[in-house]
Amino acid sequence: MRSEICSAPDLSRVYHVLVVGGGNAALCAAMTAREAGASVLLLESSPREFRGGNSRHTRNLRYFHDSGNRHLTGPYLEDEFWNDLLLVTKGQTNEELGRYAIRESKNIGLWMEQHGCRFQPAMRGTLHLARTNAFFLGGGKALMNAYYACAERLGVEILYEATAEDLEIREGFFTSAAFDHRGVRRTARARAVVLASGGYQANLDWLKQSWGPPAENFIIRGTPYDKGRMLRVMLDQGAQPVGDPRQGHAVAIDARAPKFDGGIVTRLDCVPFGIVVNRDARRFYDEGEEFWPKRYAIWGRLVAQQPDQIGYCLIDSKSIDLFMPSVFPPIEAGTIRDLAARLKLDPVALGDTVQAFNAATRPGSFDPAALDGCATEGIEPPKSHWARPLDTPPFYAYPLRPGITFTYLSLTVNRQGQVIMQDGAPAENIFAAGEIMSGNILGQGYMAGFGMTIGTVFGRIAGKESVRYVVERLKRS
Amino acid sequence: MSSSVLKEADRVMTICNACRYCEGFCAVFPAMELRRTFTAADLKYFANLCHNCRGCYYACQYAPPHEFGLNVPKALGELRLETYAQFSWPSALKGMFLNNGLVVGLVAALSVAVVVLLTLLFKGHAAFFGTHTGAGAFYRVVPYAAILLPFTALGGFILVSLWKGMMNLWRETGGKPLDLRDLAAHRQAVWDVLRLRYLEGGGEGCNYPDERFSMVRRYFHHAVFYGFMLCLASTSIAFFYDHFLGRPAPYPFWSWPVVLGTVGGLALLAGSGGMLYLKKHMDRAPASPEGFGMDIAFTALLFLTSLTGMLVLMFRETAAMGTLLTVHLGFVLGLFVSMPYGKFLHAVYRYAALVRNALEQKRGNA
Repeated sequence: MRSEICSAPDLSRVYHVLVVGGGNAALCAAMTAREAGASVLLLESSPREFRGGNSRHTRNLRYFHDSGNRHLTGPYLEDEFWNDLLLVTKGQTNEELGRYAIRESKNIGLWMEQHGCRFQPAMRGTLHLARTNAFFLGGGKALMNAYYACAERLGVEILYEATAEDLEIREGFFTSAAFDHRGVRRTARARAVVLASGGYQANLDWLKQSWGPPAENFIIRGTPYDKGRMLRVMLDQGAQPVGDPRQGHAVAIDARAPKFDGGIVTRLDCVPFGIVVNRDARRFYDEGEEFWPKRYAIWGRLVAQQPDQIGYCLIDSKSIDLFMPSVFPPIEAGTIRDLAARLKLDPVALGDTVQAFNAATRPGSFDPAALDGCATEGIEPPKSHWARPLDTPPFYAYPLRPGITFTYLSLTVNRQGQVIMQDGAPAENIFAAGEIMSGNILGQGYMAGFGMTIGTVFGRIAGKESVRYVVERLKRS
Repeated sequence: MSSSVLKEADRVMTICNACRYCEGFCAVFPAMELRRTFTAADLKYFANLCHNCRGCYYACQYAPPHEFGLNVPKALGELRLETYAQFSWPSALKGMFLNNGLVVGLVAALSVAVVVLLTLLFKGHAAFFGTHTGAGAFYRVVPYAAILLPFTALGGFILVSLWKGMMNLWRETGGKPLDLRDLAAHRQAVWDVLRLRYLEGGGEGCNYPDERFSMVRRYFHHAVFYGFMLCLASTSIAFFYDHFLGRPAPYPFWSWPVVLGTVGGLALLAGSGGMLYLKKHMDRAPASPEGFGMDIAFTALLFLTSLTGMLVLMFRETAAMGTLLTVHLGFVLGLFVSMPYGKFLHAVYRYAALVRNALEQKRGNA
């Protein structure tokens, strides 16, 4: 690993722009501001190896484009994009900002490529999104590597293991940030600040405030560094919140996943092909309600509502090859009774549940690629599709836990990316970009690759507008 | 899964198969995606399909210090080394793969010493240190039969050995002998080799010497490959001139053997020199430490062979010719002897893996 090639920043100077955070939005802001001529200091709380926040776990970005190109198979226009956003958020979005973000994303892939991003052609694994989303060659970490290299080349000063802890703000006016750098508390001064430090989904104490003790059993799918410090500081300083603090994007993932940073490989796609029981060996929701991509995001909450926040997806050998392989091998047994023993579930209760489920299935033409109508009869909860009896050993189980991806509570911003304070006025030199403000646009649900869209668009806006502010300020003085 | 190396490769590829972000880099990941679980045969096939471009290491969200600690190039590199020992023929000599760098170095040194000493012993000082010009000048230092017989015998042995090794790999990684007759698959594989498609790392090159993308390794490798081919062509034409036209070496500068040999030799020199430079300066984290000596020894031997060859050409009309020629022949001998037991194997095994890949991608299943 190369050492940090940038020299230690000069903290006695006043930078034009301070960027707090080191993910996609932060780098887009830093590169844009630096290209506009500003001096830029970027504080990334993680060590170099884990830089990039949650962006390092991403894989693609959705953007508005008039026609297909080398990596997109066709056009994706504003109205379709907007309708998709309305659909996933069920209207929980700000039309002005949402449409603005979509319009500003037009052909943004080109700008990304100019800053080192490489896209991959549409391939087997990406086809279902190949028209709307461009996939980064090698994924989000490769994108972050490219952006960091570009930012270094441009002369952005980067400090790793630098965790911003507090902001000096007087009447909505930012002057400096206090941060911890490898155990030493230091101060960075700047004429404007861009807050791009993510949500608070890795802050279990904060999650517990909304979710109660069950949050202790949540797994955090992304970076452990997103503690929401800047979000907290700004809310305490009187910034206007937006987004439901009781909501987060949570999916059911393999319970054996690491507590943090397990990323994509911990997901499980087996639920529609089996049954899911809780700690008491009871089913609790229709496993075959819809296609999995349309349902996986509700299963995090469903499992979170079960005792001990644990579930077990059971399938038999008929279904083992029907879904994407996952990182941990299934727990396997020759009989349901043995499987119960392995899972430390009550074997009688599990036997009864499986027997009742099997008895409720009906013959039909099972088709994993369609809503096949293979439904149970006379059982609660029902299973609406893909209901086949669990009768062919060996039997397999995957333990499930809620895995939280991101939180919705955000800072309200305007079109310039300025943070809006409680009185409705924008803080003139405090800008926000990325997950810390995504709740303005994504108030509910999720749409693949759209977090990166918001980060890229508002990162660039915050970079540009912060420099515009600094220039005007310098002209006045 | 017998060895810990196989187990590690299995662990790594299982995690990769649940992620698949790297599928745009090379052929290994699309091949992986055709499978849900991996047999030892599958993993050995992947190991030989991997071109060690390292794109997947720097892009990996699970690379060390992440607790998953994924290092695909290293895991596959270590397994690749094991397959060399396992598949090479005759297997009685597979001990040569332990400490291969040292072994190949010793073989080369010994070969040079043997050629020089035998020449001195049989031809004497006068011939060795004399100046020779005109037709058959080289043979006055090293006799015709002393070149032809050992190298023909060795060449035959090498061909048999490489063929047997390739067939071992083909069989052991689950290929059927009949599949080798698929011409379209060979066409695809040859094309992949000729342009070094998988050192393009998805378009931007591979990550040498550090995490930045660069075409430099691909260009150096091209120089080695085409340089080697030109030298082979030069030698073949010279053989033809000598045996069928009755025109023994040395040849004038503007003759096919010398022109091809010169261009090839310079390319080989630049390519192997560049590869050695990259090896020395590269980030070692994604590399298998056991394979390092093997790579260095083989590349250095190529470098020294082409260097001494060029020196022979430059000084063939001086009294230094005898020394240079015998040293050059010594290195060639070392290269030949170590060919079936060193890095050269990658050319054959990689090719077989590419044919296999072309076949299964065409069929859409493993």
